[in-house]
Amino acid sequence: MGVPADLTIRSAGEALRSGELTAAQLLESVLNQAARTEAELHAYLTIDHDGARTAAAAADAAFEKGEDLGPLQGIPIGVKDNMVTDGVETTAGSQVLAGYVPPYDATAVAKLRSAGAVIVGKTNLDEFAMGSSTENSSFGPTRNPWDTERVPGGSSGGSAASVAARSAIAAIGSDTGGSIRQPAALCGVVGMKPTYGLVSRYGLIAFASSLDQIGPFGVTVDDTVTVLEAIAGHDPMDATSFNGPVPAFRTDLDRGVEDVRIGVVPELSGEGIDPDVRQAFERTVDALQGAGAVISEVSLPSSSYALSCYYLIAPAECSANLARFDGVRYGNRVDGSTVEEMMGRTRRAGLGPEVTRRVLLGTYALSAGYYDAFYGQAQRVRTLVARDFATAYESVDVLISPTSPTTAFELGARTQDPLSMYMSDVCTIPSNLAGEPSISVPIATDGSRLPIGFQIMAPALGEQMLFRVASAVEHLAGFEALSAEKVGA
Amino acid sequence: MPIDIDIAYVARLARIDLSPEELVRFGGQLGVILEHAAKVQELPTDDIPPTSHPLAMVNAFRADEVRPSLDRSVVLGQAPATEDGYIRVPPALET
Amino acid sequence: MSYEAVIGIETHVELKTRSKMFCGCSTEFGGEPNTHTCPVCLGLPGALPVPNRQAIDWIIEIGLALNSTIAEWSVFHRKNYFYADMPKNYQISQFDIPICTNGHLVVDVEGEQSRIGVTRVHMEEDTGKSTHMGGDGRIQSADYTLLDFNRAGVPLVEIVSEPDLRSPAQARAYVQELRDIVAALGVSDAKLEEGSMRFDANISLRPAGDDEFGVKVEVKNMNSFRSLERALTFEIERQTKALEAGDAVAQETRHWDEAAGVTHSMRSKEESSDYRYFTEPDLVPMEISAEWRDRIKAALPELPAQQRARYVEMGVDSVTATTLVDGGLGKLFEDAVAAGGSARTVSIWLTGEVTAYLRREEIEIGDTPLTGAALAELSGLVDAGEVSSSAAKPVLEGVLAGEGSPKEVAVARDLVQMKDTEALGAIVDSVLADHPDEAARLRDGDMKVVGYLMGQVMKASRGKADPKLANTMLRERA
Repeated sequence: MGVPADLTIRSAGEALRSGELTAAQLLESVLNQAARTEAELHAYLTIDHDGARTAAAAADAAFEKGEDLGPLQGIPIGVKDNMVTDGVETTAGSQVLAGYVPPYDATAVAKLRSAGAVIVGKTNLDEFAMGSSTENSSFGPTRNPWDTERVPGGSSGGSAASVAARSAIAAIGSDTGGSIRQPAALCGVVGMKPTYGLVSRYGLIAFASSLDQIGPFGVTVDDTVTVLEAIAGHDPMDATSFNGPVPAFRTDLDRGVEDVRIGVVPELSGEGIDPDVRQAFERTVDALQGAGAVISEVSLPSSSYALSCYYLIAPAECSANLARFDGVRYGNRVDGSTVEEMMGRTRRAGLGPEVTRRVLLGTYALSAGYYDAFYGQAQRVRTLVARDFATAYESVDVLISPTSPTTAFELGARTQDPLSMYMSDVCTIPSNLAGEPSISVPIATDGSRLPIGFQIMAPALGEQMLFRVASAVEHLAGFEALSAEKVGA
Repeated sequence: MPIDIDIAYVARLARIDLSPEELVRFGGQLGVILEHAAKVQELPTDDIPPTSHPLAMVNAFRADEVRPSLDRSVVLGQAPATEDGYIRVPPALET
Repeated sequence: MSYEAVIGIETHVELKTRSKMFCGCSTEFGGEPNTHTCPVCLGLPGALPVPNRQAIDWIIEIGLALNSTIAEWSVFHRKNYFYADMPKNYQISQFDIPICTNGHLVVDVEGEQSRIGVTRVHMEEDTGKSTHMGGDGRIQSADYTLLDFNRAGVPLVEIVSEPDLRSPAQARAYVQELRDIVAALGVSDAKLEEGSMRFDANISLRPAGDDEFGVKVEVKNMNSFRSLERALTFEIERQTKALEAGDAVAQETRHWDEAAGVTHSMRSKEESSDYRYFTEPDLVPMEISAEWRDRIKAALPELPAQQRARYVEMGVDSVTATTLVDGGLGKLFEDAVAAGGSARTVSIWLTGEVTAYLRREEIEIGDTPLTGAALAELSGLVDAGEVSSSAAKPVLEGVLAGEGSPKEVAVARDLVQMKDTEALGAIVDSVLADHPDEAARLRDGDMKVVGYLMGQVMKASRGKADPKLANTMLRERA
């Protein structure tokens, strides 16, 4: 079998059911991998050894009784630390919540548990999910398993790195402007953002409510689908949760791309894209064409405004979402002689610079006299972005672009210039604004052996087509994932 | 041109006690970021309605049913300061 | 120069849903602090609101009762400001698309009716409760504050009037009518003492006849209808004095001090009004169909105004009708009339003797055995002359005290009117004989002594003489 931590959900599931492996053994393999790699990678903020072992034992007991909860039974999964876990510290990567233990589980986490998954621990992230490199974590950055001098991407850098490094078989993260897809691309794994509303946000510590979505990471597209199947579905605790029928995600996974109409978005695939990335992207486009897809160029004119639009809407919503962190009811309070002083000091001490920047920015964009020109205008531009997508999907089934303009950059390379960091999200942001699903599939490595990701976007609830094309890309690219032994060697 | 903002006012609205040095630093950074964000103003949007929800859903309600509350020990256990079942904070300046 | 007061009132009504506006915590009043809270109403990280459908039904009902236009499409907004009793440091409220707009109600002040506009009725959530400790209990001198979040998230309806009110009495009548309407709908306890109904007022003065508004002063902390009236009266006096002295009235918020009978200026808030409203992204819009609205409209109970009008048509004067409705005596009244009682007589008994009795004994009407049938019976006895109209009062008291039916009480208390003409005649003769001078004057046609002589007859008969008969006899036998 090799190292169990190298298994996919699918192959692990087969081994668990054939008796070749127990869930406890699988977990130990993953925990050993974490023990080997964490000192360098710091993908996790908390590893819940006891909780995970208990869950693995329960999964084994269920297997013995002949109970089959589904493909995630006994599978070690990482959870981004901005999703609350009952009884397990949840920090959102922030000092204001250091030591905070939530009294309830996020719905997505509860669903994983009901499916028999083994929650290994909480993965590192940019503070409150704000960032594109995980360098904004107030507990120290995560390093890229492919090159530990480089970032794993962000904000779900820990989840992406843990899957790439095999210290988790799969993971879940959150994506507001690309925070699943971009780290997936930089870490050479599959990462996907579902249609807005498909996965409950209850228990996801809110960054930008109308953009945030929880989504899966996996080594394969198939694994990613498996995780999504477990966490998707209507939740009465989330009023923005989609209440219609959940698409059948995997139906067309092996159907290939014959006659599928694929649109290349020039605004996201040309200027500013690294030559190696562009080359790998174009090779894959050719391969898709060779496999029978109909390729065309489809413009999304307002996508060049998407970044500006996002950097008004997201901060505005986050400025209100983070107002609750005031030291009154929970969190790390810094005292004051008045409650106003207490709140002001608590927030100054507890919120990091990037978070502070965005809260201030959002507050400004909403303030009297500036609302119309900034936030109000951004909301209208958002409509234009959504309309561009709608028009595009009249002539194509999916849209494609590179996931990230570059491969993993060095730690510290962009931390001095917020704007340069924001540019990391230029390809991923548009589908968040439109609330539509998109996925990153690893296709190649560049000259420095750094992974390159391929982004596919589909219309709302178009996950079936999305995964179909993703699966085809995966087969055509033949990308080789890291193996457990090679990581940290 | 970076946009000039009253950063002290914004910080007060956001209840973050920034030092004078931080005010200058953040004020400058925000001015630069806003200059780029202001790009949205280039697009004509006169008859375009704003999007506040990506999903076209309406009327998501719940029934008027009582569900169990958190045990008070849990609530008070999370709070930095409590007294006699209440959560305690310093006195307010404003009403 | 004479000034005209221009008053607007902002009323908050807590809905008596079983659970809170955005979560399933109980809204029950008076529990131990922080025992009705959950991640949602505490603003814990990751929590999300889901609106209570019953609250929406009820705000639509309130809007319809106030003759408002119900929006076909409405949304929630976030109202952003920091305050320790607001768990999220924003309140989920409504900004520019409230559920109800453009309503009105009619207030009656001593017979004079005026139409008061209701600008809007919108949905929001209540905050937690702050108790300021140390010092003299007032916020300005507190040492620290204790917070109870049981109330945080209770559904709150805000009703904003147009500045159509012109006197403290009218303002009082307005809030009382609002309270009666809300109570009649059964959507709120509307108890000022429990805080399930609260109001603030805005008042400005302008020279009589002017169109432009003067400087607006907000007045808070009026905890009863009476204090509303007193506070506004004080403000009119204070502002009038200032204007007459040539001083400007400051635009500010003032706090009513019930004990001292004055308003105090509150520390002015600098950034008080930059609430940075934006559409609540955690909630989806509400689409209120015509069917939904009409279903609620069809189920509206009778409103106080309609009830009062109906009583007036039955022969009751409008002030008495108002008292019947306000005092919850309507059902008794209607039952009595249905059982054959005289509307006028019964209504006067209810608003007079019965109300006085309840107040004296400090009980509610439901605590007495009085029924509409009993009232009808007594009314019949009076009409038949078996009980005099003045004896009706003690009989009524007896019935309220549980001594039995009106007939039984009249007999037991010896209040049955004397009908025996022979016995009465004997008493009349005896009174005339005892008062020869008065008798002589009566013989001569002096009607003025009749009253005195009647009194003697009533005394001698221990109140049981039939006054009409006694009167006739006196004049015949003088």
